[in-house]
Amino acid sequence: MNNYTDKFLRELLSTTKTIAMVGVSVNEMRPSYFVARYLNLKGYRIVPINPGQAGKTLFGQMIYPSISEIPEEVGPIDMVDIFRRAEHVDQIVDEAITALSARGLRYIWMQIGVINEDAEATAVAAGLDVVMNRCPKIEHQRLFGELRKAGFNTGIISSRL
Amino acid sequence: MTDTPYGFDTLQIHAGARPDPATGARQTPIYQTTAYVFRDADHAAALFNLQEVGYIYSRLTNPTVAVLQERVATLEGGVGAVACSSGHAAQLMALFPLMAPGDNVIVSTRLYGGSITQFSHTIKRFGWSATFVDFDDLDAIAAAADENTKAVFCESISNPGGYLTDIPSVAAVAEGLGIPLIVDNTLATPYLCQPIAQGATLVVHSTTKYLTGNGTVMGGIVVDSGNFDWSASDKFPSLSKPEPAYHGMTFHETFGALAFTFHGIAIGLRDLGMTLNPQAAHYTLMGIETLSLRMERHVENAMKVATWLENDPRVDFVTYAGLPSSPYSDRAKSLYPKGAGALFTFAVKGGYTACVKLVDTVEIFSHVANLGDTRSLIIHAASTTHRQLTTEQQEAAGASANVVRLSIGTETADDLISDLDQALAAAVK
Ligand SMILES: Cc1ncc(COP(=O)(O)O)c(C=O)c1O
Repeated sequence: MNNYTDKFLRELLSTTKTIAMVGVSVNEMRPSYFVARYLNLKGYRIVPINPGQAGKTLFGQMIYPSISEIPEEVGPIDMVDIFRRAEHVDQIVDEAITALSARGLRYIWMQIGVINEDAEATAVAAGLDVVMNRCPKIEHQRLFGELRKAGFNTGIISSRL
Repeated sequence: MTDTPYGFDTLQIHAGARPDPATGARQTPIYQTTAYVFRDADHAAALFNLQEVGYIYSRLTNPTVAVLQERVATLEGGVGAVACSSGHAAQLMALFPLMAPGDNVIVSTRLYGGSITQFSHTIKRFGWSATFVDFDDLDAIAAAADENTKAVFCESISNPGGYLTDIPSVAAVAEGLGIPLIVDNTLATPYLCQPIAQGATLVVHSTTKYLTGNGTVMGGIVVDSGNFDWSASDKFPSLSKPEPAYHGMTFHETFGALAFTFHGIAIGLRDLGMTLNPQAAHYTLMGIETLSLRMERHVENAMKVATWLENDPRVDFVTYAGLPSSPYSDRAKSLYPKGAGALFTFAVKGGYTACVKLVDTVEIFSHVANLGDTRSLIIHAASTTHRQLTTEQQEAAGASANVVRLSIGTETADDLISDLDQALAAAVK
Protein backbone atom coordinates (compact mmCIF):
# COMPACT_ATOMS: atom_id res chain seq x y z
CA MET A 1 0.00 0.00 0.00
CA ASN A 2 1.24 3.48 -0.77
CA ASN A 3 2.25 5.50 2.22
CA TYR A 4 1.01 9.04 2.47
CA THR A 5 1.91 11.03 5.56
CA ASP A 6 -0.86 12.20 7.84
CA LYS A 7 0.48 15.73 7.39
CA PHE A 8 0.03 15.55 3.61
CA LEU A 9 -3.47 14.05 3.83
CA ARG A 10 -4.52 16.55 6.47
CA GLU A 11 -3.36 19.45 4.32
CA LEU A 12 -5.04 18.01 1.23
CA LEU A 13 -8.34 17.54 3.04
CA SER A 14 -8.23 20.94 4.75
CA THR A 15 -7.41 23.01 1.67
CA THR A 16 -9.71 21.22 -0.78
CA LYS A 17 -13.11 22.83 -1.26
CA THR A 18 -14.56 21.40 -4.46
CA ILE A 19 -14.30 17.77 -5.59
CA ALA A 20 -15.32 16.41 -8.99
CA MET A 21 -16.39 12.80 -8.36
CA VAL A 22 -16.07 10.64 -11.46
CA GLY A 23 -18.34 7.61 -11.47
CA VAL A 24 -20.41 8.59 -8.45
CA SER A 25 -23.63 6.59 -8.09
CA VAL A 26 -27.09 7.90 -7.28
CA ASN A 27 -27.96 4.57 -5.61
CA GLU A 28 -28.00 5.16 -1.83
CA MET A 29 -26.42 1.80 -1.03
CA ARG A 30 -23.37 2.22 -3.31
CA PRO A 31 -20.04 3.08 -1.69
CA SER A 32 -19.50 6.05 -4.02
CA TYR A 33 -22.80 7.54 -2.90
CA PHE A 34 -21.65 7.06 0.72
CA VAL A 35 -18.44 8.95 0.08
CA ALA A 36 -20.19 11.77 -1.77
CA ARG A 37 -22.84 12.14 0.91
CA TYR A 38 -20.30 12.09 3.73
CA LEU A 39 -18.01 14.67 2.10
CA ASN A 40 -21.01 16.83 1.25
CA LEU A 41 -22.17 16.71 4.89
CA LYS A 42 -18.66 17.78 5.93
CA GLY A 43 -18.92 20.91 3.80
CA TYR A 44 -17.15 19.93 0.59
CA ARG A 45 -18.78 20.94 -2.66
CA ILE A 46 -19.32 17.83 -4.79
CA VAL A 47 -19.47 18.05 -8.58
CA PRO A 48 -20.89 14.69 -9.69
CA ILE A 49 -19.73 13.20 -13.00
CA ASN A 50 -21.69 10.27 -14.44
CA PRO A 51 -22.71 10.05 -18.12
CA GLY A 52 -25.59 7.69 -17.31
CA GLN A 53 -27.16 10.15 -14.88
CA ALA A 54 -26.24 13.45 -16.58
CA GLY A 55 -28.86 16.16 -16.20
CA LYS A 56 -30.16 14.82 -12.87
CA THR A 57 -29.01 16.25 -9.57
CA LEU A 58 -27.27 14.84 -6.51
CA PHE A 59 -27.47 16.82 -3.23
CA GLY A 60 -28.74 19.73 -5.31
CA GLN A 61 -25.71 19.63 -7.66
CA MET A 62 -26.14 19.07 -11.39
CA ILE A 63 -24.59 15.81 -12.64
CA TYR A 64 -22.34 16.31 -15.70
CA PRO A 65 -21.48 13.66 -18.29
CA SER A 66 -17.70 14.25 -18.21
CA ILE A 67 -14.98 16.39 -16.67
CA SER A 68 -14.64 18.42 -19.89
CA GLU A 69 -18.30 19.33 -19.69
CA ILE A 70 -18.21 20.99 -16.26
CA PRO A 71 -19.32 24.55 -17.12
CA GLU A 72 -17.01 27.48 -16.36
CA GLU A 73 -19.51 28.98 -13.90
CA VAL A 74 -19.05 26.00 -11.55
CA GLY A 75 -15.73 27.65 -10.71
CA PRO A 76 -12.47 26.15 -9.42
CA ILE A 77 -12.12 22.36 -8.95
CA ASP A 78 -9.44 21.37 -6.41
CA MET A 79 -9.60 17.61 -6.71
CA VAL A 80 -10.81 14.82 -8.99
CA ASP A 81 -11.88 11.69 -7.08
CA ILE A 82 -12.09 8.60 -9.31
CA PHE A 83 -14.54 5.74 -8.76
CA ARG A 84 -13.69 3.88 -11.98
CA ARG A 85 -11.64 0.78 -12.66
CA ALA A 86 -7.91 1.33 -13.13
CA GLU A 87 -8.02 0.84 -16.91
CA HIS A 88 -10.26 3.92 -17.31
CA VAL A 89 -8.03 6.15 -15.19
CA ASP A 90 -5.46 7.20 -17.84
CA GLN A 91 -8.13 8.80 -19.96
CA ILE A 92 -9.76 10.51 -16.94
CA VAL A 93 -6.44 11.93 -15.74
CA ASP A 94 -5.56 13.21 -19.25
CA GLU A 95 -8.94 14.87 -19.50
CA ALA A 96 -8.63 16.37 -16.01
CA ILE A 97 -5.21 17.86 -16.80
CA THR A 98 -6.51 19.38 -20.07
CA ALA A 99 -9.78 20.71 -18.73
CA LEU A 100 -8.97 21.65 -15.16
CA SER A 101 -5.29 22.66 -14.94
CA ALA A 102 -6.28 26.27 -15.47
CA ARG A 103 -9.11 25.93 -12.96
CA GLY A 104 -7.07 25.26 -9.85
CA LEU A 105 -6.79 21.46 -10.02
CA ARG A 106 -4.24 20.21 -7.46
CA TYR A 107 -5.12 16.65 -6.55
CA ILE A 108 -6.04 13.36 -8.23
CA TRP A 109 -7.51 10.78 -5.88
CA MET A 110 -8.12 7.12 -6.84
CA GLN A 111 -10.43 5.11 -4.57
CA ILE A 112 -9.63 1.86 -2.73
CA GLY A 113 -8.73 -0.84 -5.28
CA VAL A 114 -7.91 1.72 -7.98
CA ILE A 115 -4.18 1.77 -8.74
CA ASN A 116 -2.73 3.12 -12.00
CA GLU A 117 0.93 4.06 -11.78
CA ASP A 118 1.17 5.37 -15.37
CA ALA A 119 -1.66 7.79 -14.74
CA GLU A 120 -0.01 8.75 -11.44
CA ALA A 121 3.21 9.59 -13.29
CA THR A 122 1.30 11.67 -15.85
CA ALA A 123 -0.42 13.62 -13.09
CA VAL A 124 2.79 14.18 -11.14
CA ALA A 125 4.51 15.43 -14.32
CA ALA A 126 1.66 17.93 -14.66
CA GLY A 127 2.39 19.19 -11.13
CA LEU A 128 -0.47 17.41 -9.36
CA ASP A 129 -0.36 15.40 -6.13
CA VAL A 130 -1.83 11.91 -6.32
CA VAL A 131 -3.41 9.54 -3.80
CA MET A 132 -4.16 5.95 -4.88
CA ASN A 133 -5.96 3.03 -3.27
CA ARG A 134 -7.43 5.11 -0.44
CA CYS A 135 -10.80 6.60 0.39
CA PRO A 136 -11.10 10.31 1.21
CA LYS A 137 -14.08 9.61 3.48
CA ILE A 138 -12.14 7.07 5.57
CA GLU A 139 -9.06 9.30 5.72
CA HIS A 140 -11.20 12.28 6.74
CA GLN A 141 -12.94 10.21 9.40
CA ARG A 142 -9.60 8.93 10.67
CA LEU A 143 -7.78 12.26 10.75
CA PHE A 144 -10.60 14.45 12.02
CA GLY A 145 -11.88 12.35 14.88
CA GLU A 146 -14.81 10.36 13.60
CA LEU A 147 -13.26 6.90 13.43
CA ARG A 148 -12.16 7.45 17.00
CA LYS A 149 -15.82 7.11 17.95
CA ALA A 150 -16.02 3.51 16.79
CA GLY A 151 -12.77 1.93 17.93
CA PHE A 152 -10.54 2.22 14.86
CA ASN A 153 -6.79 2.61 15.00
CA THR A 154 -6.43 6.27 13.94
CA GLY A 155 -2.70 6.38 14.60
CA ILE A 156 -3.22 9.71 16.32
CA ILE A 157 -1.52 10.18 19.69
CA SER A 158 -2.02 13.56 21.32
CA SER A 159 -2.58 15.02 24.78
CA ARG A 160 -3.99 18.23 23.35
CA LEU A 161 -7.68 18.99 23.17
CA MET B 1 -3.46 2.17 9.06
CA THR B 2 -0.60 4.47 9.96
CA ASP B 3 2.86 3.36 10.98
CA THR B 4 2.89 4.80 14.45
CA PRO B 5 6.42 5.71 15.47
CA TYR B 6 5.65 5.43 19.19
CA GLY B 7 6.87 2.72 21.56
CA PHE B 8 4.64 0.15 23.23
CA ASP B 9 4.87 1.85 26.64
CA THR B 10 3.60 5.11 25.16
CA LEU B 11 0.82 3.47 23.17
CA GLN B 12 -0.51 1.45 26.11
CA ILE B 13 -1.21 4.76 27.89
CA HIS B 14 -2.15 7.09 25.04
CA ALA B 15 -3.62 5.14 22.11
CA GLY B 16 -7.26 6.06 21.67
CA ALA B 17 -7.28 8.35 24.69
CA ARG B 18 -6.99 11.96 23.68
CA PRO B 19 -8.43 14.41 26.22
CA ASP B 20 -12.22 14.20 26.34
CA PRO B 21 -13.50 16.54 23.60
CA ALA B 22 -16.50 17.70 25.66
CA THR B 23 -14.79 18.56 28.95
CA GLY B 24 -11.02 18.32 28.53
CA ALA B 25 -11.01 15.58 31.18
CA ARG B 26 -7.55 13.99 30.93
CA GLN B 27 -8.53 10.55 32.11
CA THR B 28 -11.06 8.84 29.84
CA PRO B 29 -14.51 9.48 31.36
CA ILE B 30 -16.96 6.66 31.90
CA TYR B 31 -19.79 7.54 29.54
CA GLN B 32 -22.58 5.89 31.45
CA THR B 33 -25.40 6.40 28.96
CA THR B 34 -27.44 4.13 26.77
CA ALA B 35 -28.38 6.64 24.06
CA TYR B 36 -27.17 9.81 22.33
CA VAL B 37 -29.12 12.80 21.03
CA PHE B 38 -29.18 13.32 17.24
CA ARG B 39 -28.56 16.83 15.88
CA ASP B 40 -31.52 16.44 13.49
CA ALA B 41 -33.27 13.86 11.32
CA ASP B 42 -30.56 14.04 8.62
CA HIS B 43 -27.86 13.33 11.18
CA ALA B 44 -29.83 10.36 12.52
CA ALA B 45 -30.30 8.99 8.99
CA ALA B 46 -26.61 9.35 8.15
CA LEU B 47 -25.64 7.53 11.35
CA PHE B 48 -28.07 4.67 10.79
CA ASN B 49 -26.86 4.31 7.18
CA LEU B 50 -23.24 4.22 8.46
CA GLN B 51 -22.48 7.15 6.16
CA GLU B 52 -21.30 9.02 9.21
CA VAL B 53 -19.67 7.38 12.23
CA GLY B 54 -21.02 8.41 15.59
CA TYR B 55 -23.00 7.38 18.61
CA ILE B 56 -26.52 6.04 18.37
CA TYR B 57 -27.04 3.53 21.16
CA SER B 58 -24.54 1.89 23.51
CA ARG B 59 -25.25 -1.63 22.30
CA LEU B 60 -23.34 -0.49 19.19
CA THR B 61 -20.85 2.19 20.21
CA ASN B 62 -19.90 4.08 23.35
CA PRO B 63 -17.11 6.66 23.81
CA THR B 64 -15.43 4.83 26.74
CA VAL B 65 -15.59 1.47 25.01
CA ALA B 66 -14.25 3.08 21.80
CA VAL B 67 -11.09 4.17 23.61
CA LEU B 68 -10.48 0.58 24.72
CA GLN B 69 -11.11 -0.67 21.18
CA GLU B 70 -8.65 1.79 19.64
CA ARG B 71 -6.11 1.05 22.39
CA VAL B 72 -6.10 -2.70 21.78
CA ALA B 73 -6.32 -2.33 17.98
CA THR B 74 -3.23 -0.12 18.12
CA LEU B 75 -1.25 -2.39 20.45
CA GLU B 76 -2.05 -5.39 18.24
CA GLY B 77 -1.22 -3.51 15.03
CA GLY B 78 -4.74 -3.91 13.64
CA VAL B 79 -7.03 -1.43 11.89
CA GLY B 80 -9.94 -1.67 14.33
CA ALA B 81 -11.47 -3.65 17.15
CA VAL B 82 -14.85 -4.58 18.56
CA ALA B 83 -15.07 -5.05 22.32
CA CYS B 84 -17.57 -7.51 23.75
CA SER B 85 -18.84 -8.88 27.01
CA SER B 86 -16.34 -11.73 27.52
CA GLY B 87 -13.58 -13.67 25.83
CA HIS B 88 -16.05 -16.34 24.83
CA ALA B 89 -18.27 -13.68 23.26
CA ALA B 90 -15.25 -12.43 21.30
CA GLN B 91 -14.69 -15.91 19.84
CA LEU B 92 -18.27 -16.05 18.55
CA MET B 93 -18.05 -12.47 17.29
CA ALA B 94 -14.89 -13.35 15.34
CA LEU B 95 -16.51 -16.37 13.67
CA PHE B 96 -19.94 -14.85 13.08
CA PRO B 97 -19.15 -12.78 9.95
CA LEU B 98 -17.31 -15.73 8.41
CA MET B 99 -19.57 -18.70 9.04
CA ALA B 100 -22.92 -19.92 7.75
CA PRO B 101 -24.79 -23.13 8.62
CA GLY B 102 -22.79 -26.08 7.25
CA ASP B 103 -19.44 -24.30 7.60
CA ASN B 104 -16.55 -25.46 9.74
CA VAL B 105 -13.43 -24.14 11.45
CA ILE B 106 -10.11 -25.93 12.02
CA VAL B 107 -9.11 -25.63 15.66
CA SER B 108 -6.00 -26.48 17.67
CA THR B 109 -6.34 -29.29 20.21
CA ARG B 110 -4.42 -27.10 22.67
CA LEU B 111 -6.98 -24.61 23.91
CA TYR B 112 -8.64 -23.42 27.09
CA GLY B 113 -11.10 -26.18 28.08
CA GLY B 114 -14.07 -23.83 27.84
CA SER B 115 -13.12 -23.01 24.27
CA ILE B 116 -12.85 -26.71 23.38
CA THR B 117 -16.39 -27.17 24.70
CA GLN B 118 -17.65 -24.08 22.86
CA PHE B 119 -16.16 -25.37 19.61
CA SER B 120 -16.99 -29.04 19.95
CA HIS B 121 -20.59 -28.74 21.17
CA THR B 122 -22.15 -25.30 21.44
CA ILE B 123 -21.39 -23.96 17.96
CA LYS B 124 -23.21 -26.97 16.48
CA ARG B 125 -26.43 -25.22 17.51
CA PHE B 126 -25.61 -22.64 14.81
CA GLY B 127 -25.00 -25.38 12.25
CA TRP B 128 -21.23 -24.81 12.51
CA SER B 129 -18.65 -27.44 13.38
CA ALA B 130 -14.99 -27.67 14.34
CA THR B 131 -12.24 -30.10 13.37
CA PHE B 132 -9.57 -30.46 16.06
CA VAL B 133 -5.98 -30.87 14.88
CA ASP B 134 -2.50 -31.00 16.45
CA PHE B 135 -1.11 -27.66 15.23
CA ASP B 136 2.47 -28.94 15.27
CA ASP B 137 1.39 -31.07 12.29
CA LEU B 138 1.01 -28.44 9.57
CA ASP B 139 0.07 -31.00 6.92
CA ALA B 140 -2.77 -32.19 9.12
CA ILE B 141 -4.17 -28.64 9.27
CA ALA B 142 -4.23 -28.42 5.47
CA ALA B 143 -5.63 -31.97 5.20
CA ALA B 144 -8.51 -31.13 7.55
CA ALA B 145 -9.82 -28.40 5.24
CA ASP B 146 -12.73 -28.79 2.85
CA GLU B 147 -14.68 -26.30 0.74
CA ASN B 148 -16.77 -25.29 3.77
CA THR B 149 -13.79 -24.48 6.00
CA LYS B 150 -13.88 -20.78 6.80
CA ALA B 151 -11.20 -20.19 9.43
CA VAL B 152 -8.28 -21.60 11.41
CA PHE B 153 -8.25 -20.96 15.17
CA CYS B 154 -5.55 -21.32 17.85
CA GLU B 155 -4.14 -19.73 20.98
CA SER B 156 -0.68 -18.06 20.82
CA ILE B 157 0.46 -19.31 24.24
CA SER B 158 -2.08 -21.99 25.02
CA ASN B 159 -4.01 -22.56 28.23
CA PRO B 160 -3.07 -24.45 30.47
CA GLY B 161 0.37 -23.46 29.31
CA GLY B 162 3.53 -25.10 28.15
CA TYR B 163 2.67 -24.80 24.46
CA LEU B 164 3.45 -22.01 22.00
CA THR B 165 1.92 -21.96 18.53
CA ASP B 166 4.22 -21.38 15.56
CA ILE B 167 1.98 -18.61 14.24
CA PRO B 168 3.94 -17.76 11.04
CA SER B 169 3.81 -21.38 9.85
CA VAL B 170 0.13 -21.83 10.71
CA ALA B 171 -0.66 -18.48 9.05
CA ALA B 172 1.06 -19.67 5.87
CA VAL B 173 -1.15 -22.77 5.82
CA ALA B 174 -4.29 -20.64 6.33
CA GLU B 175 -3.18 -18.31 3.56
CA GLY B 176 -2.71 -21.27 1.25
CA LEU B 177 -6.28 -22.32 2.03
CA GLY B 178 -7.57 -18.79 1.36
CA ILE B 179 -9.03 -18.45 4.84
CA PRO B 180 -8.21 -16.26 7.84
CA LEU B 181 -6.18 -17.34 10.87
CA ILE B 182 -7.77 -16.28 14.18
CA VAL B 183 -5.40 -16.21 17.17
CA ASP B 184 -6.55 -16.01 20.78
CA ASN B 185 -3.76 -13.87 22.22
CA THR B 186 -5.09 -13.79 25.79
CA LEU B 187 -2.14 -15.49 27.46
CA ALA B 188 0.61 -13.65 25.58
CA THR B 189 -0.96 -10.18 25.31
CA PRO B 190 0.38 -7.90 22.55
CA TYR B 191 3.39 -7.23 24.77
CA LEU B 192 4.74 -10.77 24.35
CA CYS B 193 3.33 -11.60 20.91
CA GLN B 194 1.74 -9.69 18.06
CA PRO B 195 -0.03 -12.33 15.97
CA ILE B 196 -0.89 -9.87 13.16
CA ALA B 197 2.80 -9.14 12.56
CA GLN B 198 3.27 -12.94 12.34
CA GLY B 199 0.53 -13.34 9.72
CA ALA B 200 -2.76 -13.69 11.62
CA THR B 201 -5.86 -12.02 10.19
CA LEU B 202 -7.88 -11.67 13.41
CA VAL B 203 -6.89 -11.57 17.07
CA VAL B 204 -9.26 -12.25 19.96
CA HIS B 205 -8.75 -11.70 23.67
CA SER B 206 -10.34 -12.49 26.93
CA THR B 207 -9.61 -9.01 28.37
CA THR B 208 -10.74 -10.53 31.67
CA LYS B 209 -7.15 -11.74 32.04
CA TYR B 210 -3.85 -9.85 31.66
CA LEU B 211 -5.20 -6.82 29.81
CA THR B 212 -7.35 -5.85 32.81
CA GLY B 213 -4.78 -7.54 34.98
CA ASN B 214 -6.33 -7.65 38.41
CA GLY B 215 -9.33 -9.92 38.21
CA THR B 216 -12.03 -7.24 38.32
CA VAL B 217 -14.13 -7.33 35.15
CA MET B 218 -15.11 -9.67 32.34
CA GLY B 219 -14.50 -8.62 28.75
CA GLY B 220 -13.37 -9.66 25.31
CA ILE B 221 -12.26 -8.04 22.07
CA VAL B 222 -11.84 -8.90 18.38
CA VAL B 223 -9.10 -7.09 16.47
CA ASP B 224 -8.98 -7.10 12.66
CA SER B 225 -5.66 -6.74 10.82
CA GLY B 226 -7.42 -5.22 7.80
CA ASN B 227 -5.19 -7.43 5.64
CA PHE B 228 -7.60 -10.07 4.40
CA ASP B 229 -9.22 -9.75 0.97
CA TRP B 230 -12.77 -10.88 1.76
CA SER B 231 -13.76 -10.53 -1.89
CA ALA B 232 -11.00 -12.77 -3.30
CA SER B 233 -13.36 -15.78 -3.18
CA ASP B 234 -17.05 -16.47 -2.64
CA LYS B 235 -16.34 -17.91 0.81
CA PHE B 236 -17.37 -14.85 2.83
CA PRO B 237 -20.64 -13.55 1.35
CA SER B 238 -21.65 -11.64 4.48
CA LEU B 239 -18.65 -9.37 3.85
CA SER B 240 -18.25 -9.54 0.08
CA LYS B 241 -21.88 -9.64 -1.15
CA PRO B 242 -24.90 -7.43 -0.43
CA GLU B 243 -25.88 -8.22 3.18
CA PRO B 244 -29.67 -8.52 3.59
CA ALA B 245 -29.31 -7.86 7.34
CA TYR B 246 -28.10 -4.33 6.51
CA HIS B 247 -30.43 -3.31 3.66
CA GLY B 248 -28.20 -4.84 1.02
CA MET B 249 -24.97 -3.08 1.93
CA THR B 250 -21.76 -4.71 0.67
CA PHE B 251 -19.41 -4.26 3.63
CA HIS B 252 -16.07 -4.97 1.95
CA GLU B 253 -16.72 -2.78 -1.05
CA THR B 254 -18.03 0.04 1.14
CA PHE B 255 -15.49 0.02 3.96
CA GLY B 256 -12.40 -1.59 2.45
CA ALA B 257 -9.94 -2.63 5.16
CA LEU B 258 -12.40 -1.50 7.85
CA ALA B 259 -15.16 -3.88 6.68
CA PHE B 260 -14.79 -6.56 9.35
CA THR B 261 -14.92 -4.05 12.21
CA PHE B 262 -17.94 -2.22 10.78
CA HIS B 263 -19.65 -5.59 10.31
CA GLY B 264 -18.88 -6.43 13.94
CA ILE B 265 -20.61 -3.28 15.13
CA ALA B 266 -23.45 -3.00 12.63
CA ILE B 267 -24.45 -6.66 12.61
CA GLY B 268 -22.54 -8.51 15.34
CA LEU B 269 -23.21 -6.19 18.28
CA ARG B 270 -26.51 -5.00 16.87
CA ASP B 271 -28.02 -8.49 16.54
CA LEU B 272 -26.07 -10.67 18.99
CA GLY B 273 -25.89 -7.94 21.64
CA MET B 274 -22.75 -9.20 23.43
CA THR B 275 -21.70 -5.63 24.22
CA LEU B 276 -19.06 -4.54 26.72
CA ASN B 277 -20.30 -2.04 29.30
CA PRO B 278 -18.43 1.26 29.81
CA GLN B 279 -17.58 0.53 33.48
CA ALA B 280 -15.78 -2.64 32.45
CA ALA B 281 -14.02 -0.78 29.62
CA HIS B 282 -12.78 1.73 32.21
CA TYR B 283 -11.25 -0.95 34.45
CA THR B 284 -9.62 -2.63 31.48
CA LEU B 285 -8.19 0.69 30.25
CA MET B 286 -6.69 1.27 33.71
CA GLY B 287 -5.11 -2.16 33.52
CA ILE B 288 -3.64 -1.73 30.05
CA GLU B 289 -1.80 1.44 31.14
CA THR B 290 0.63 -0.80 33.07
CA LEU B 291 0.55 -3.86 30.79
CA SER B 292 4.23 -3.97 29.80
CA LEU B 293 5.40 -3.38 33.37
CA ARG B 294 3.24 -6.17 34.71
CA MET B 295 4.05 -8.62 31.93
CA GLU B 296 7.78 -8.18 32.51
CA ARG B 297 7.32 -9.10 36.17
CA HIS B 298 4.87 -11.93 35.40
CA VAL B 299 7.41 -13.48 33.04
CA GLU B 300 10.38 -12.95 35.36
CA ASN B 301 8.50 -14.55 38.28
CA ALA B 302 7.24 -17.42 36.12
CA MET B 303 10.79 -18.22 35.08
CA LYS B 304 12.02 -18.22 38.70
CA VAL B 305 9.17 -20.37 40.02
CA ALA B 306 9.31 -22.81 37.07
CA THR B 307 13.09 -23.21 37.45
CA TRP B 308 12.75 -23.87 41.19
CA LEU B 309 9.98 -26.42 40.65
CA GLU B 310 11.92 -28.23 37.94
CA ASN B 311 14.79 -28.79 40.35
CA ASP B 312 12.56 -30.05 43.16
CA PRO B 313 12.51 -33.85 43.71
CA ARG B 314 8.79 -33.79 44.62
CA VAL B 315 7.97 -32.61 41.10
CA ASP B 316 7.87 -34.91 38.07
CA PHE B 317 8.02 -32.28 35.34
CA VAL B 318 7.26 -28.63 34.60
CA THR B 319 5.76 -27.57 31.25
CA TYR B 320 6.86 -23.91 31.15
CA ALA B 321 7.92 -23.14 27.57
CA GLY B 322 10.44 -20.60 28.83
CA LEU B 323 12.59 -23.37 30.39
CA PRO B 324 15.59 -24.60 28.37
CA SER B 325 14.25 -28.16 28.89
CA SER B 326 10.97 -27.37 27.10
CA PRO B 327 10.49 -28.87 23.63
CA TYR B 328 9.28 -25.38 22.68
CA SER B 329 12.36 -23.57 23.96
CA ASP B 330 13.60 -22.67 20.45
CA ARG B 331 10.16 -21.48 19.41
CA ALA B 332 10.04 -19.37 22.58
CA LYS B 333 13.35 -17.71 21.70
CA SER B 334 12.49 -16.94 18.10
CA LEU B 335 8.77 -16.11 18.25
CA TYR B 336 8.19 -15.08 21.89
CA PRO B 337 11.51 -13.39 22.72
CA LYS B 338 10.12 -11.29 25.57
CA GLY B 339 8.94 -14.39 27.41
CA ALA B 340 6.73 -17.45 27.25
CA GLY B 341 4.01 -16.00 29.47
CA ALA B 342 3.25 -16.79 33.08
CA LEU B 343 0.89 -19.76 32.91
CA PHE B 344 2.14 -23.34 33.12
CA THR B 345 1.48 -26.70 34.69
CA PHE B 346 3.60 -29.03 36.74
CA ALA B 347 3.17 -32.67 37.69
CA VAL B 348 3.25 -33.52 41.36
CA LYS B 349 4.67 -36.87 42.49
CA GLY B 350 1.73 -38.65 44.01
CA GLY B 351 -0.73 -37.83 41.20
CA TYR B 352 -4.31 -36.72 41.65
CA THR B 353 -4.43 -37.00 45.48
CA ALA B 354 -1.23 -35.01 45.92
CA CYS B 355 -2.52 -32.34 43.48
CA VAL B 356 -5.71 -31.89 45.46
CA LYS B 357 -3.81 -31.69 48.75
CA LEU B 358 -1.39 -29.14 47.31
CA VAL B 359 -4.19 -26.90 46.09
CA ASP B 360 -5.80 -27.07 49.54
CA THR B 361 -2.57 -26.21 51.39
CA VAL B 362 -1.23 -23.10 49.62
CA GLU B 363 -1.59 -19.77 51.47
CA ILE B 364 -0.59 -17.04 48.99
CA PHE B 365 -1.75 -18.76 45.81
CA SER B 366 -5.54 -18.44 45.40
CA HIS B 367 -7.54 -21.48 44.37
CA VAL B 368 -9.66 -19.93 41.61
CA ALA B 369 -10.77 -20.61 38.03
CA ASN B 370 -9.05 -17.61 36.50
CA LEU B 371 -5.65 -16.53 35.23
CA GLY B 372 -3.76 -13.38 34.41
CA ASP B 373 -4.28 -11.72 37.78
CA THR B 374 -1.62 -9.75 39.71
CA ARG B 375 -2.27 -12.41 42.40
CA SER B 376 -0.82 -15.86 41.83
CA LEU B 377 -3.49 -18.45 41.17
CA ILE B 378 -3.59 -22.22 41.31
CA ILE B 379 -6.03 -24.79 40.00
CA HIS B 380 -6.28 -28.45 39.19
CA ALA B 381 -7.32 -28.11 35.55
CA ALA B 382 -8.51 -31.71 35.00
CA SER B 383 -11.20 -31.39 37.65
CA THR B 384 -12.19 -27.74 36.88
CA THR B 385 -11.35 -25.66 33.78
CA HIS B 386 -10.86 -28.75 31.59
CA ARG B 387 -13.41 -30.93 33.40
CA GLN B 388 -15.94 -31.34 30.58
CA LEU B 389 -13.32 -32.91 28.31
CA THR B 390 -12.59 -36.58 27.68
CA THR B 391 -9.34 -38.01 29.06
CA GLU B 392 -7.82 -37.92 25.55
CA GLN B 393 -8.86 -34.28 25.10
CA GLN B 394 -7.40 -33.42 28.52
CA GLU B 395 -4.10 -35.04 27.62
CA ALA B 396 -3.95 -33.36 24.19
CA ALA B 397 -4.63 -30.00 25.86
CA GLY B 398 -1.94 -30.62 28.51
CA ALA B 399 -4.42 -30.90 31.38
CA SER B 400 -3.92 -34.47 32.61
CA ALA B 401 -5.10 -35.52 36.08
CA ASN B 402 -1.60 -35.40 37.62
CA VAL B 403 -0.86 -31.74 36.83
CA VAL B 404 -1.60 -28.49 38.63
CA ARG B 405 -1.88 -25.21 36.73
CA LEU B 406 -0.22 -22.05 38.04
CA SER B 407 -0.89 -18.48 36.95
CA ILE B 408 2.11 -16.64 38.31
CA GLY B 409 1.39 -13.16 39.63
CA THR B 410 3.56 -10.15 40.32
CA GLU B 411 4.29 -10.81 44.01
CA THR B 412 7.81 -11.38 45.35
CA ALA B 413 9.00 -14.56 43.62
CA ASP B 414 10.67 -15.94 46.77
CA ASP B 415 7.36 -15.75 48.64
CA LEU B 416 5.67 -17.76 45.89
CA ILE B 417 8.42 -20.35 46.05
CA SER B 418 8.20 -20.64 49.87
CA ASP B 419 4.44 -21.10 49.61
CA LEU B 420 4.79 -23.92 47.05
CA ASP B 421 7.57 -25.44 49.16
CA GLN B 422 5.40 -25.73 52.28
CA ALA B 423 2.43 -27.00 50.26
CA LEU B 424 4.54 -29.63 48.48
CA ALA B 425 5.85 -30.75 51.88
CA ALA B 426 2.28 -31.39 53.00
CA ALA B 427 1.13 -32.94 49.71
CA VAL B 428 4.00 -35.30 48.89
CA LYS B 429 4.82 -37.62 51.74
C1 LIG C 1 -7.13 -18.53 26.47
C2 LIG C 1 -8.52 -18.17 26.87
N1 LIG C 1 -9.39 -17.77 25.93
C3 LIG C 1 -10.66 -17.44 26.25
C4 LIG C 1 -11.13 -17.52 27.53
C5 LIG C 1 -12.56 -17.17 27.81
O1 LIG C 1 -12.61 -15.85 28.27
P1 LIG C 1 -13.79 -15.32 29.21
O2 LIG C 1 -13.71 -16.09 30.48
O3 LIG C 1 -13.47 -13.86 29.35
O4 LIG C 1 -15.07 -15.55 28.47
C6 LIG C 1 -10.26 -17.93 28.55
C7 LIG C 1 -10.74 -18.02 29.94
O5 LIG C 1 -10.16 -18.67 30.78
C8 LIG C 1 -8.93 -18.27 28.21
O6 LIG C 1 -8.05 -18.68 29.14
